[in-house]
Formats: sequence, structure tokens, C-alpha cells
Amino acid sequence: MRHACLAIVVIFAALRAAAIEIEDHRFYPALAGDPAEIPLRVVSTADLDVFDPYLRAFQTARPGIAIDYTVVSSADLHRTIGDGAVYDLALSSAMDLQFQLANDGFAQSYRSTATEALPDWARWRDLIFAMSVEPAVVVFSTQRFAGLPVPTTRQELIALLRAHPDLFTGAVGTYDVRTSGLGYLLATQEDRSTDAFWRLSEVMGGLDPQLYCCSGQMIDDVSTGRLALAYNVLGSYAAERLVRESAGQMQILAMRDFANVIIRTAIVPATATRVEAAGALIDMLATLALREGRGTWPLPPLTQTGADAATGFGPIRLGPALMVYLDPLNRRGFLAEWENAMVQR
Amino acid sequence: MRAPSSIGRRLTLLLAGVAALLAALSWAMVTGIARQAAERTQDNVLAASAATIAETLRSDRGEVRLELPYSAFAMLGAISEDRVFYRVAAGDAHLTGYADLPVAAADAPRPGQVSFATGAYRGATVRIASVTRQVLAGDAPVTVTVTVAQTRTGVATIARDLSRLAAIFAVALFVLAVGLSAVATRASLRPLNEIAAAVSRRGPSDLRPIRRAAPAELVSLLVALNRLMDRLGQSLRRSEDFIAEAAHRVRTPLATVRAQAEIALRSADDAAARDRLRGMIRALDESSRSAGQLLDHATVAFRADDLARAPIDLADIVARTAAALEPTATMKDITILRETVQARVAGDPVLLDAALRNVLDNAIKYSPEDTTVTLHVSRAAGTARIAVCDEGPGLDSGPGGDPVDALTERFRRGSNTEGVVGSGLGLTIAREVLEAHGGRLELGPGPEGTGTCVTLVLPSS
Amino acid sequence: MRYLLVEDNAELAAAIVSRLALDGHAVDHAGSLADAADCLAATAYDLILLDVMLPDGDGRKFLARSRARLETPVIMLTARAQVSDRVGALDQGADDYITKPFDFSELEARCRAVLRRRGGVARNQIALGPALFDPLSGTLSHDGRTVDLKNREIRLLEVFARNPGQILSKTQLMDRLFSFDAAVTENAIEVYVGRLRRRIDGMGLRIETVRGLGYRMDA
Repeated sequence: MRHACLAIVVIFAALRAAAIEIEDHRFYPALAGDPAEIPLRVVSTADLDVFDPYLRAFQTARPGIAIDYTVVSSADLHRTIGDGAVYDLALSSAMDLQFQLANDGFAQSYRSTATEALPDWARWRDLIFAMSVEPAVVVFSTQRFAGLPVPTTRQELIALLRAHPDLFTGAVGTYDVRTSGLGYLLATQEDRSTDAFWRLSEVMGGLDPQLYCCSGQMIDDVSTGRLALAYNVLGSYAAERLVRESAGQMQILAMRDFANVIIRTAIVPATATRVEAAGALIDMLATLALREGRGTWPLPPLTQTGADAATGFGPIRLGPALMVYLDPLNRRGFLAEWENAMVQR
Repeated sequence: MRAPSSIGRRLTLLLAGVAALLAALSWAMVTGIARQAAERTQDNVLAASAATIAETLRSDRGEVRLELPYSAFAMLGAISEDRVFYRVAAGDAHLTGYADLPVAAADAPRPGQVSFATGAYRGATVRIASVTRQVLAGDAPVTVTVTVAQTRTGVATIARDLSRLAAIFAVALFVLAVGLSAVATRASLRPLNEIAAAVSRRGPSDLRPIRRAAPAELVSLLVALNRLMDRLGQSLRRSEDFIAEAAHRVRTPLATVRAQAEIALRSADDAAARDRLRGMIRALDESSRSAGQLLDHATVAFRADDLARAPIDLADIVARTAAALEPTATMKDITILRETVQARVAGDPVLLDAALRNVLDNAIKYSPEDTTVTLHVSRAAGTARIAVCDEGPGLDSGPGGDPVDALTERFRRGSNTEGVVGSGLGLTIAREVLEAHGGRLELGPGPEGTGTCVTLVLPSS
Repeated sequence: MRYLLVEDNAELAAAIVSRLALDGHAVDHAGSLADAADCLAATAYDLILLDVMLPDGDGRKFLARSRARLETPVIMLTARAQVSDRVGALDQGADDYITKPFDFSELEARCRAVLRRRGGVARNQIALGPALFDPLSGTLSHDGRTVDLKNREIRLLEVFARNPGQILSKTQLMDRLFSFDAAVTENAIEVYVGRLRRRIDGMGLRIETVRGLGYRMDA
């Protein structure tokens, strides 16, 4: 027993000590003003091609602010903020990790008329602010699905996978929940919400699933036909790609039985020094989140959740319950089960 | 401390003070109860959360295992947006959660019993609930402590909101109570004010008892007031009787002496004796006149304090006074002429009589033989006037100064009135009467530049 | 004239009676209201002089009681000059009032005024030779002609009328004519005598000057 505890502490320490892996980085110099001024340091899980329009719009409104934009995985983001790294704004789709940062005191509060306009479920204690809500969807390759019925529930999907192991073996993709914070969140929430999750996991485990760290690669592989379907892909990414690649190689599948809707959130880390600039960017994102209609922005507004793929399911609630699955004991138990089901070696 | 000038104000202030006290008290009570209720709610949820976690404790291959149930934190998230911390420890060993979270330790912890504590954690005040449970791990039972903590922002917010609501209610209650107490005060003091008004409406000499229905609390005041008025009336009657008696007793012998002196004068042949007798009579007359004027003056001073306001026509006063002084005038072959119009004023007829009589008396005294004194009543620019004009030698104000002031100054006489009996009190009396009525006395030369006109000016009604 | 004096002070009453007698008036004296009632029942008077304070009651109240059947004019004798007293006296039915101590000339003037107001009394006319003198109305009549006299002329003529054929000194006349507060000289007497002479001219009357002594009137 004592050894077990010690082991957890060692693992934690090891995780904390590990350097974070920077996936992408771009510096936006100030359009005007003092070039020596400290830039607004943003750490985010959103890919640059998704978030670039927002940053440019922000610089148009505030040309005096330079932006240093770093893309990391949600787990790394959580770790680096928890370690006290200096950032002015942290944007993440892993709302459980964002919540834990706020709960544990790594966020500072911010309040403005723009944040107060957000609905109650879209913010928590003036620490966390929603910037978009995005449903997790299934993306499939139209080419590889030719002649097959399109499943609309997990039950139908399970039946389809079981009926055509030839077509789907090695061609099903999903998150590796061990490395992807978002994947872990989606999996745990599905575990809580539907009993079909474990059966689906077992079925997918039998088909030699491809495990990914990030949505982008999954979508890339679906578009090239390497994957027949990708399970639990963030809707906004999928839609973004579909719009861009109008060839119609991919299709989005909204599950009628249940869909996880996650909230992409922003926090101002406790270490932030350019709080005013960070607040201005939050104000812009919050205002955009409440816009009517999707427009040309890559991320969908809060207002579209009800009518869109979520089909009546509200977004995952911001609250302490999110921390339940982050508990190391729970996590260890959940990952053990998941590995049993998914990694059938 | 200065005594408040009005019972009504004092009563209202007192009631308002009581209302303020009650309002503050009710506010404090509601605030206290609200805080307590919010705290108890939080305690209950914290206890339930800790208990829910404790229920999942189990032993697996000699190790303590647990699974944080989703509902344990969901219920905490349901009551408020507060930060949540937790910790599970088996004996001294840390199992999971926040290793540095303080534990609410009961003195003698019994399994299943929840202990509460309030402490500070990560820069915030937290409410801590701990529950212990014995778990058999391997051979030996281990005491596992489950601790759940939550910040108190939600409690504070609920308490503050309710407190503000209670404050609004308390202020509204207070305002309402003040308004009602003002109304109630006025209603309760109305009988008192009515009695006061009834007393103050009375004339200066109306000392009849007050007959009116009064509330039980005021009956004794009314009885006392009536008794006082009765005593005052008796005392006034006694002193009036006394003055009358005294005057009678002094003046009757004086009258005897004067009559005897006149008789003696008739029969005396010696010129020196006659002069002495004449001097004696003059002295008697002067003392008698002075005494009369002093009494008039006292009357004016007394009555002017609480002036009666009866409707009076100055023409009536002129007629009455002229008739009374006619015989005195004819003794010097002086004719009293009246030129009157109706001129209404509000005032005390007794005092106005006295004023005019003194002025007219003066005019007759200082007029030469066989002349005319004119009483002229007129109205002009909101005033009613009686001009008393004689054909006498005119007034000399002396070196510098206003003739009215100089002449009406008490006991002062005109400098050219040698040989005429009388004190200067007459004009003083007239002036005081007029000033009490809001009027004035004007002195000037007659219409043809001869003689003197004394004008009594009063505001007309 | 016949007066009724109601006055409880014996000395004052005696003085008033003597003084009025000097002017030729008849005066009955009553010391109380009861006595006064007796006198009024027995005799008719020209005028009543009524004191206010009497041993058996208040003069004003007595007046109020008997006013209805009493036609005689009343002058109140009061010890007080207070206005309220006078108003009270007049309200109770008195014709006038006079304050003690009083000047007898003023009393006389008031009596005359009251009597004149009441319509006069013819029987008080005095025969002066061929003429008739009415001191109350101040008229002198002779041979169908009537002369109105002024107050001092009346009083001067009355003095002469009551002392027919006597020499009256200027001093004597001065005392009778003027009140004591006026500073008059003997010249004033000469002026009034001169006026009266012009008035009674042709009335069969003559005032002669007695050098060094005074004046004398002959009918």
C-alpha cells in the first residue's frame, strides 16, 4: 500500500519534471507601438490555422500588442501552467484540466461586461470563460463507406463494425486517452453517460484501432482514405477541414443517441503580467462566442449548440465533478480498463 | 441635553428610534439566520460528499482502494461555484487528493462521524468536512480519513444577498414605521391641540372653565387647568376688588379735602390764603390725574399682552369719547367737532377708548379758551386714522429729536405747557396702545400751520 | 335744583352738600341705598349723584335694578378712572360719571350737559328783572328776544344772578369761572365781563364796575 502511494508520487514528480512538447509556435509582432514591449503570451491547444483569424482580428483592434502564440497538447498545457510557467492566457478544449487549474488557484479572476454577458454555464467564478462549444463527432470517409448504411447510433455503429471486420480492421481511429487530455475527457464523459461506450471500445479494440494524439492527424488520415472512420473528433476541426477540402472525401456523422459537447475555455493564469491585454482578448472571444450565426469564424458560437449536432444534449458542465476523473486513482483504474478493452495485444 | 420643544416630535423620534432598533435587530437576526442556514447547507453537502467517497473504500489484495464517485463532486458543484479540495489518507499515508489539505479532526473520532472545521487553504477560507472509516487492509484494520473542503464564497454570497434583502426590508419597515408613528402621534395629540386651541382662542379676560370631552389621560390636565383658571379668576377679582377698595378709600378723603378747600376759598378774604388754597387744589388735581393715568397705563400693559381683536368702527369710538369729554371741553368754551367716516379696525375697544381719551384730554387741556378741537376720522392706504387737531400753541420738540418720541416719553411734558395740570403719560399710553395694534402715533402741525394734530394710525381691517 | 346725594362718607357728603348749597342748590343726603330708596319714594329730584361703593351694596347694581322706574338722571361718583369702570357705569344706565376728587365746575358742567340731553327743565329759570335766564340751556329771554350764551358767560351771569346787588370782586369771579389748573389773570375777568355786557345789552340788565372793588349787576 505504502509502495503504491510512493509510486504515484514518483509518477507525478516525473510528469512535472518532463519538458513540454511545443507543437507549433508563431510570433505576431505588434502592428504599431513599442516593439520592445512584452508580447501577450498565449498558450493554446488550438492549431494555428484554426486560431490565426482570431489573433489577426485582435491585432487589428489592438495594433499595439504583440502576440506570442504557442500550441501544446492539453496535458502539457495543464502541466506547464501548474508548474508556474509564465503565460498571459491559456486556451484549452480540455475543460476538466482548465477547471482543475482554476480550482487549484492557478487562474486569476477577470470580470468585464463582455464576460458578464456569458450565460452562467459558460463561465465559472470569473475564472474560466467559454469561447466556443464543440460537439465530438464521428468523421468517416465517403469512399470507404460506399454501399454501407450510415449508422446514427452507437448501437448501429457497433453492429456495422462487427458485420464488416474486413473493412474496418486497422481503419478505425480514435484518441489515445493515455496521451490526449481531450480524448481522456471525452472517454470518461462517455463512460458516465452511455453504457455502449465499453462495448464499442471492445469492438474497436478487436479491429486494431489506430490511436492518435490529436484530431488533426485523424482527419488527415480519413481524408486520405487511410482511415474509414475516426471516432470522437471535435466538430469544429472536422467542419473546418470539410469546408476547406470541398472534394467531399469526408462526411460528418452526428450520433443521435448521445453526443459529448465540450466547451473550449480560456483562463488567465495566476502568473500573467499582461492581464489587461489578456482580458481584451477574452472580451473579444466572449463577444464572438455570443454572436448570431456561425459566419466565417472557424469556431462555432455558443448559440448554435441546441440546434446543432448535440441534439439537445447540453455541454459538459463546468464544475468540480470534472475533477473526479483527474484523480490519480480513478485515472489509473480507468486507463487500466481502457487498455484492457482497446489494446488487445 | 436640551429638552425637545414638542411632545409630538419627541414621541415621533422615540417611536422612530424604537422602529430603527427593531429594524436593525430584525436585519441582524435575518442576516445571522441566513448565514447559519447557508453554512448548515454547505456542511450537510460536504458531509454527504465525504460520506459518498468513504462508501467506495474497499480493500483489494491488502491495499486500500477507492473510486471517487462522480456524484460526490457533482453535488458540491450543484450548490455553488466554489473551489473544491479533497484528500484521502490511510493512517498517516496519503492515498489521493491534495496532500497538504488540513483535516478536520474530532477529539475522539468515531467511525462514520463527520467532523467539521474552518481553515485556510491555498489563500482562501475553506470549510472542511472529514469522515473516518475503518478498512481491513491485509491483517490490520486501517483508519481511512476522507476529507472534503470547499471555499465559502457561495455561503458568503447567499448570506450577503439575503442580508441586503433583509436590509431593504428593514429600511422599508423603518420608513413605514416612522410614517405611521408620525400619523399616530398627530392623532394622539389632536385632543391636546384642540384644548390648546380652545384656550388660546379665548379673550384676555375669559376665565370660564373649559367644557369639552377629553380623553382619559387629559381629564386630569383639564381639571387642573380649570382649577387654575378658577383660582386665577378669584385672584383677579380679589385684586380688582382690592384696587377698587383702595382707590375708594384714598380718593374719598381727597374729594372731601377738595370740596372743603373750594368752600374755604369762597369764604377767604386774605389773598395769600386764597393762593395757598388754590395751590392745594391744583396739587390734588394733579395727583388724582396722575393716579388715573398710571392705572390706565397698567391696564394697557396688561391687556396689550394678549390683545383682543374685536371688529370696531373708529367713528363709534370717536362719538363715545367726544361725548364723555364734552363737559370738560365746554368748561373752557371749547367746541369738539367730529368729521367721521366709517373706518373699521380690529382691536381692543377698551384700549382704543383709553388712547383716544388721553389724546383728546391732552388737546383740551392745552387748547386756549374758546377754540375748536376737531376729531377727523379717515381711511387711507390700508390704514384707518383719527386726527385730533387743536388750535393751541403747537408742540415744541425741544432741542433736536422727533416730537413724538420726545413728547410720548414717559412723564415728559411739552416745554410750553406751564401751568397746565397733567403728566406726559397720556401720549405714552396712546402710543403703546397703537403699537400693540400694529399702528403708530403721528404728531404734526395743524392743517393751517397753527395748532397741533395728533393722529392715531391703525391698520384697517 | 334739587339733588339727591347718595354717599356713605359723612364728611365728603357734608362738604358736597355745603359746596352745592353755595351755588344755591338744595341737596338731600342719603348714606345708604336703603335711605336713597326712601328719599326717592318721597321726593322728586332733578339729579342723583350716586356713589359706587356703598355699605349696603354696589351703586351700579342698585341703578340697574331701579332704572326702569327711575326717570331722574344719574351721575355716578367713582373712585376709579379706569375705563372698564366707566363703561360699566354707562352700561348700567348712568347718564355720566365723575371721578373723585372732582372739580365742582366740572360737576356743574356735567350736570348741565346731562340735563340738557334729557330735554331740560323749565322750572329752573331765574327771573332777572324783566328778563328770564335759563342756566341749563344757557339762554336769556326778554321781550320775545332770546340770546344764546357761551359757557363762561352763563356761569358769569349765574354768579351775578345768585348774588343780586352784591359787589363781586375779580378774585371771586375768577374762582368761579376758571378751573384751578388754568393760569389766568384778572384781565381775563375784564374781557369776559365786557363780552357779557355786550350780550345782555338791551335786556334791561346792567353790570356796573365798582372801581377798586369789583362788579355789581342791577336788574
